[in-house]
Amino acid sequence: MNTASVSLGTSVSSQSRIMQLAMAALLGIFVVGFVGFSHVDAVHNAAHDYRHSMAFPCH
Amino acid sequence: MNLFRNVVFIAAIAGLVAGVVLACMQAYATVPLILKAEVYEKAGGGHQHDHAASTNSNAMSSAAPADNAMTSAAPAPAETAAPAEDEGWAPADGFERFAFNVVANIVTGIGFALILVAVSEFAGGIGNWRQGVFWGLAGFAVFTLAPGLGLPPELPAMPAAELLPRQIWWISTVAATAIGLGLIAFRKSLPLAILAVVLIVAPHIVGAPQPESFETTIPEGLHHQFVVAVTLTDLVFWLVLGAVVGVVRGRFTGTATSLRGSFA
Repeated sequence: MNTASVSLGTSVSSQSRIMQLAMAALLGIFVVGFVGFSHVDAVHNAAHDYRHSMAFPCH
Repeated sequence: MNLFRNVVFIAAIAGLVAGVVLACMQAYATVPLILKAEVYEKAGGGHQHDHAASTNSNAMSSAAPADNAMTSAAPAPAETAAPAEDEGWAPADGFERFAFNVVANIVTGIGFALILVAVSEFAGGIGNWRQGVFWGLAGFAVFTLAPGLGLPPELPAMPAAELLPRQIWWISTVAATAIGLGLIAFRKSLPLAILAVVLIVAPHIVGAPQPESFETTIPEGLHHQFVVAVTLTDLVFWLVLGAVVGVVRGRFTGTATSLRGSFA
């Protein structure tokens, strides 16, 4: 944050900045969690090889 | 929502590139080993679940290996595993299965990229590809190395503890390692650095949930090969992800910040 000149969102207040970054991170966590950790069978089966290949706990 | 939009845009490009790269590596390095393990699972998994004996011996019959893979690794005794054998829809072997794997790689690649970009923005952002490589190494340490110490990559049919406790341990370990690395990298304080080491080590002292027995039909050599393949493909994935974020973000900000200027 001390490098404001090269930060992505220019002219954003620091509070709004934190909110937007937190939302982006949460979205990422949700996506990874859904594909990698869902207990729904169809989701598990579709991403089965991926889960094993990323060493997510599977089965 | 200017910043949010930019973060999503960068993450989408980086996740797409790194996800495609990872899917290609998996097609040669890890998925063939998974398919091999499923053959062992069908041939010798009779003691683990009662379906193995009744299915026909053609390991390549469509969708059957995938179906079986779902049912086996639960260490539960056969009598408890028996009622819940309906595993629902699964992609057919061959192209469909490959295609779904590519989609899973891209979607989660974008997910990991969102986390990487958002967290790195708090620390000033990834200025170029070289900084990105270091951030990628951190992501590899957090998401692959640390949880992999307690829960090594597993093949279908390998014994494992209950799923939920393992998932909880995995997520806790990732969180503790990420906070620990963050404290070391961005807080110049000895007590915090010591706390960081404690955070990184603690999950392994608690210990990951382990199966009651490690007995398996999977050959040791096949599993070892799989652990190496998973670790290396994940390493390359994270390095590519970080580097692409650095390159794309550099285009965005239009300035190539010097390494000394903004890294740690």
